[in-house]
Amino acid sequence: MVTKTQAVAQPIPIQEMETVTIRFAGDSGDGMQLAGTQFSNASAIFGNDVSTFPDFPAEIRAPAGTLFGVSGYQINFSARDISTPGDRLDALVAMNPAALKTNLQDLVKGGILIINSDAFTDANLKKAHYENDPLEGEELDGYQLFKIPITKLTLEAVKDTGLTNKQAERCKNLFALGVVCWLFDRPLDPPLNWIHQKFGKTPAVDQANTLALKAGYAYGDIVEIFPVRYKVQKASLPPGTYRRLTGNEALSLGLVAAARRAGLKLFYGSYPITPASEVLQELSRHKNFDVITFQAEDEIAAISAVIGASFAGCLSATGTSGPGLDLKQEAIGLAVMTELPMVIINVQRGGPSTGLPTKTEQSDLLEAVCGRHGECPLPVLAALSPADCFGMVFEAARIAIKYMTPVVLLSDGYIANGAEPWRIPGMDELPGLHPTFASAGTTGDGFQPYARDENLARPWALPGTPGLEHRVGGLEKKDISGAVCYEPENHQLMTELRQKKVEGIAKDIPLQEVHGPARGKLLVLGWGGTAGAIQSACEAAQAKGHDVAWATMRYLNPFPRNLGDVLKSYKKILIPELNAGQLLTLVRARYLVDAEGLNKMQGRPFLIREIGDRIEQILRGVSS
Amino acid sequence: MSASSVELDVLTAKDFASDQEVRWCPGCGDYSILAQIKKVLPTLGIPKEKYVFVSGIGCSSRFPYYVETYGIHGVHGRACAIATGVKLANPELSVWVATGDGDALSIGGNHFVHMLRKNIGLKVLMFNNRIYGLTKGQYSPTTELGKRTKSTPWGSVDRPFNALSVAIGAEATFVARALDSDPKQLCEVLERAARHEGTAFVEIYQNCVVFNDGAFEYSHKSQRADNTLYLEHGKPMIFGKEREKGIRLIGTHPEVVTVGKGGVAMDDLLVHDERAAEPTLAYLLSRMRHPEFPEPVGVFRCAEEKSYERRVYEQVEEAKKRLGEGDLAGLLQSGEAWEIT
Ligand code: SF4
Repeated sequence: MVTKTQAVAQPIPIQEMETVTIRFAGDSGDGMQLAGTQFSNASAIFGNDVSTFPDFPAEIRAPAGTLFGVSGYQINFSARDISTPGDRLDALVAMNPAALKTNLQDLVKGGILIINSDAFTDANLKKAHYENDPLEGEELDGYQLFKIPITKLTLEAVKDTGLTNKQAERCKNLFALGVVCWLFDRPLDPPLNWIHQKFGKTPAVDQANTLALKAGYAYGDIVEIFPVRYKVQKASLPPGTYRRLTGNEALSLGLVAAARRAGLKLFYGSYPITPASEVLQELSRHKNFDVITFQAEDEIAAISAVIGASFAGCLSATGTSGPGLDLKQEAIGLAVMTELPMVIINVQRGGPSTGLPTKTEQSDLLEAVCGRHGECPLPVLAALSPADCFGMVFEAARIAIKYMTPVVLLSDGYIANGAEPWRIPGMDELPGLHPTFASAGTTGDGFQPYARDENLARPWALPGTPGLEHRVGGLEKKDISGAVCYEPENHQLMTELRQKKVEGIAKDIPLQEVHGPARGKLLVLGWGGTAGAIQSACEAAQAKGHDVAWATMRYLNPFPRNLGDVLKSYKKILIPELNAGQLLTLVRARYLVDAEGLNKMQGRPFLIREIGDRIEQILRGVSS
Repeated sequence: MSASSVELDVLTAKDFASDQEVRWCPGCGDYSILAQIKKVLPTLGIPKEKYVFVSGIGCSSRFPYYVETYGIHGVHGRACAIATGVKLANPELSVWVATGDGDALSIGGNHFVHMLRKNIGLKVLMFNNRIYGLTKGQYSPTTELGKRTKSTPWGSVDRPFNALSVAIGAEATFVARALDSDPKQLCEVLERAARHEGTAFVEIYQNCVVFNDGAFEYSHKSQRADNTLYLEHGKPMIFGKEREKGIRLIGTHPEVVTVGKGGVAMDDLLVHDERAAEPTLAYLLSRMRHPEFPEPVGVFRCAEEKSYERRVYEQVEEAKKRLGEGDLAGLLQSGEAWEIT
């Protein structure tokens, strides 16, 4: 915590901090996701850089008060550029004993601990496996403990609204939010606006939530239990108009933007699956953009319909998570064989099988690159952060259309649900995508559906175009004519052509950026959602004067064409991944470099220090 | 086609013949179906480029290669789902699915029932030969109990599906049966199917000469009159060489009767109603199997119901009316935005 105390005229002094990490934790029915979202909104609108990490149980409504039913929302807000939701908590709001028990270990010593003391009943203590009330013992010594009867105060605040006790109690998250907003000097307008928007139609609920929020804020002011307040100055982000975006929202907007820039209808076929369903939900709201959303009967139907829609001329996409990608693989093979453009989003989660539906992992990289039978190459991209999803899904659409190929875009649960400020691009910053459709006039006599252009892409010929009647399918195609063909040499040729087409995309994607010395002792290489933690850890190491460079990859097949040279410029290469070493495997196989992995498979993102510690060890010459 | 006229070029069956060599076994019932399709397509007033044939895997699924239209030869079981995407992307297209009893009812069963339920405007021709042909003779979901096949040397222990009962149970709005051995009737049914809004499902009895020859022999010409019942909307159900037999309903059970015998008059016979609000009659007809009953052929059910794609596009129009034509800049700026200067 970087702090400096400032004497002010107010009775309660304000202490300035550069960066704060706070977590709201409570029962999954306590509205912690909402409190967290509103707090991060308020912070973003205030002008901080913000990164968030919602963490919720797989159960929709786990039994109240249990350890496995705890839901948390972590926010890192800062006066400078940040790239992760933060390692350790400066402040924790625990709405019940279970939340305290499961979250206390992340709170720094001396950190702020706000407790809803009303929830510390014998029954709740028992459910959280506490033998003695921690509020009475010494366990919490060493933290700044603030016991607030949040339930009682909330009921008191909203008693005139006519809500039942049960309804009234549900406002306690907003009371807690009010307290925290006061403590960190956040503006109340953003959450107040949200409440009016959300509950405007039911005045009693609108009023109750408003009263609870304001009562929480006033509580900080009046009761004077807090010795200081904190302030985090605005961050100096590049100028522009910003909004806060989760990864899944960014994917949805990016798809709409790509379809618009391509002048195509968007067809999104999907089957609900955590953590990808929000994309389907969000897109279904935007039908006025010629968006056709199709909730299919299963994962296979979703990708199959996407293939059909692509054949008929839509910008087509599907979204899923690991188990769904498994099911789609046969159809993806058909998409590769028929060389039709589409975007396949995989929001990864912990696997195998049902695994950890609500937790993050990066363990589908090999599946995306190599997961189909036969030689079945396709481009694989990954987004580095929530807001990066917008640009990367747009890029996936660009490549799909230009090269007539399915493209897999990897996101993950951490990126999907996490949020950060996003600078809204101007329309002139979004490149036009230019699908070219074959027409009888351009093809002369006899349409050749597998003739290729300079990028090895075959023509996109839409049903409804006179003279271009042709058939595509899963059987091997004869080069140029596209007729079914079992000739041995032709299969070799077509296999190589499909491979070359995908490899050729390397000339059309950016070189791999490296941050730090161009050659030296250590390169930390990562991809996708671990980018933020890698960046933070490496910047900290660089600030200490360490000889370390870092690179985070968005293009995983094909690799950027300078990657081999980059890898050869460092004595050691460290690849942190939330899997057992998948990029590691690809990189070692392709470039024969002796890279080492740092592998975490706990359903949680890397902490900065986990990577930082390994960097220090390597630089001290400790082998893994 | 001249620009000023909406008249279509006059198409013939020849226009729909592709340059692909047809590779079905000599004598396969698929040939007859292909010939009738090529005969019907030019009569529908739809330009050739608007037809799309989609298939899965199986002997029947080679179909798209043999008609000179747009086509997708998909993967096993997925024809209905792929065709759904085509139709939703462009409802102007006339999209046909060629599938088989294994493709539609076994590996693709889920897509099949959901397509019917949604009433997507596809013409689905299921070639039922009660066997797996392409994989060389294993039993299928329509193979009779006890049947010896390559994978059931002691006889099949699977109870079969009745394809039409499944379709009716899945809320199908158009259900028909046709015979590869009766080209005229097949043509009529195909035409009716083509004109239906929503999913039109046609089961076609198709003889597999190699692995299940004679499966529908009872419906072939010499025995047809006594073993089949040609359905006509609004007409009493009569069959037999002399048109002497009929179907009467006793309670909820159909019964074969002879008109003029035992006091049975023409008026006592069941009258076909393909447009009934409830599919009860169609279901009852689908349960009539040889040899106890003549097997009905023709249109069992033809209910008027909005197609799925129509509902989808009406919603798009509704959204545009309410929210205005999508404005990308506006969408990106929506939600709570703030300025950093
Ligand atoms: S195996 Fe049977 S169904 Fe297949 S082509 Fe030969 S005869 Fe026809």
